[in-house]
Amino acid sequence: MAMAPAQTPNSYREGPDEHGHFGIYGGRFVAETLMPLILDLEKAYEDACKDPSFRAELDYFLEHYVGRPSPLYFAERLTDHFGGAKIYLKREELNHTGAHKINNCMGQILLAKRMGKKRIIAETGAGQHGVATATVAARFGLPCTIYMGKTDIERQSPNVFRMKLLGAEVVPVTSGSQTLKDAMNEALRDWVTQVEDTFYIIGTVAGPHPYPAMVRDFQAVIGNEAKAQMLKTEGRLPDTLVACVGGGSNAIGLFYPFLDDKEVAIDAVEAAGLGLESGKHAASLAKGRPGVLHGNRTYLLQDDDGQIIEAHSISAGLDYPGIGPEHSWLHDIGRVNFVSATDQEALDAFQLCAKLEGIIPALESSHALAHVARIAPDLPKDHIILVNLSGRGDKDIFTVATALGAKL
Amino acid sequence: MTVARIDARFAALKAEGRPGLVVFVTAGDPDLETSFEVIRALPAAGADVIEIGMPFTDPMADGPAIQAAGLRALANGQTLAKTLGLVRRFRETDQATPLVLMGYYNPIYSYGVPRFLTDAKAAGIDGLIVVDLPTEEDPELCLPALEQDIAFIRLATPTTDDKRLPTVLRHTSGFVYYVSINGITGSAAPDCNAVAAAVARLKRHTELPVAVGFGIRTPEQAAEIGGNADAAVVGSAVVSMIGEAAAEGLTGKPLADRISAFVATLAAGVRGAKRSAA
Ligand SMILES: Cc1ncc(COP(=O)(O)O)c(C=O)c1O
Repeated sequence: MAMAPAQTPNSYREGPDEHGHFGIYGGRFVAETLMPLILDLEKAYEDACKDPSFRAELDYFLEHYVGRPSPLYFAERLTDHFGGAKIYLKREELNHTGAHKINNCMGQILLAKRMGKKRIIAETGAGQHGVATATVAARFGLPCTIYMGKTDIERQSPNVFRMKLLGAEVVPVTSGSQTLKDAMNEALRDWVTQVEDTFYIIGTVAGPHPYPAMVRDFQAVIGNEAKAQMLKTEGRLPDTLVACVGGGSNAIGLFYPFLDDKEVAIDAVEAAGLGLESGKHAASLAKGRPGVLHGNRTYLLQDDDGQIIEAHSISAGLDYPGIGPEHSWLHDIGRVNFVSATDQEALDAFQLCAKLEGIIPALESSHALAHVARIAPDLPKDHIILVNLSGRGDKDIFTVATALGAKL
Repeated sequence: MTVARIDARFAALKAEGRPGLVVFVTAGDPDLETSFEVIRALPAAGADVIEIGMPFTDPMADGPAIQAAGLRALANGQTLAKTLGLVRRFRETDQATPLVLMGYYNPIYSYGVPRFLTDAKAAGIDGLIVVDLPTEEDPELCLPALEQDIAFIRLATPTTDDKRLPTVLRHTSGFVYYVSINGITGSAAPDCNAVAAAVARLKRHTELPVAVGFGIRTPEQAAEIGGNADAAVVGSAVVSMIGEAAAEGLTGKPLADRISAFVATLAAGVRGAKRSAA
């Protein structure tokens, strides 16, 4: 299997190349029906980037509708509890709709409008991206169809109802493992069927080029703000960044502006489910190998025959057998250190954060906090950890209740 | 043989003055032996070209029928290596019928491209259709396949406009597969007049034969579409019938006989097609 060369590039922020490649990862592995659309989208996105009025409109909605900038918060009680490094939380859970997902949705819906598209589709796992998509579709008056695995519909029922309240049609996906990857297959099938008028808002840094780069750019607002806020508060950059990775959008959003700051260590946390050796996890970098799915080459959980293996995580948003292609590249060249946290570790961190900080974190974000719990105690008191608190955990209380044996 | 076997078959069809029938079945569906019986019987039933589906867990351009066929095959342990074994066995008794493998890239990438091409050629494969490899990704498999003299058959779709067509056709060989509708396999039937116009458009850009597929289910449709093209492709209808027969508990030769009987009606359809295309 070809691996990217282990050379250090001059900058980690130059990708992708014009074919959408980050090293050997990324690309445009889609059916011919979609190819002309993807080329159109790429061009429309490039034009939008050059148009100051697009950026101005996006900034307006990010400020007045999403509620940005999100605070950078010194988590004093968690810091005291661990007794080591100083912990800051980037409060993406305070965004409208409760997660980072809306940063990307706002960018893409403005692009859809600019391209004259009449209908929005999206896939969703935890339902956070579905809710964010349904929200912006409502705000801009476009009909919206959300594909969601039947398994996820059952474990994320509050978000399903939210989407319906927002006027979206939620289509249960019963093929395959009935989770996020199958929802994405079904959204792609919808797209090839209704190519003319439909805009597909992909919720993470996956899919064919230009999605991984475009979603990253829309999420980079997280890291850009955090960097400025940290310089203002502490007068220096953080020592370590931590974020959870499903597809990797909240992680790359935080990391990207820091990639060339070599003194900043970067840890990304995959979902280890019931344990890396259990076979029931979603750790594509730890346990997968390069393959091609959903339009790009990246690390995938797959068997010897190249068949995709179902992922497992207690958090629906991390329950995906792949990862964004840029992360695969950052992994191979060693710029980002990929670690993992189990369902149990995430549950523990979930409760700890709720009790000590009065913040109920999303189960996804709890994976990042679980890693912090492991490293913070042994780090010096002047070591600064910046964690992306990508979402709030209201949507997860039923799952957590079940896991803790509580009856609601 | 390879590309030459496809060329020879389309030349023979032209000499006969009729469109061809291309039949798609999934390898290993519902099990390896039954699927061998089905495929072995297809030429006698009237299939001129056979497309053998390589099962994949995530077939994003396929409708429910072909998705289900792939899952049935995978559940019974089908692998790419076994699919190539099936091809080898078929070739022991049939040197003339072109065989085209159709599927998605990941199982091939996982097998290793050079090894796959060597083994596919040795087994007797003539062409490849890989749905998620558009021309933008030609260096992956298309160019290495052409070097081995294995045809790379491209899908052209209603969204492939005149500007893009030359790019799509550039490294295409064997035949061009025109996907008659924007959509997934097993969808609604295509509109005949639109297909005629689309084939005429393709013919302005290429000398290659044009096969038309997606949504053709009956002998009448095969005749109608075939009348406007060099071949009609039938997939989901055959695969659904395999699924129904398997659900009734049929396997082996009894299942293959039922499929052959249906394919024979499709073959009669294309043989009765009135040629309107050049
Ligand atoms: C709160 C939250 N964090 C993280 C994720 C994982 O996605 P990504 O890795 O793209 O940030 C999700 C996905 O649903 C989410 O809802």
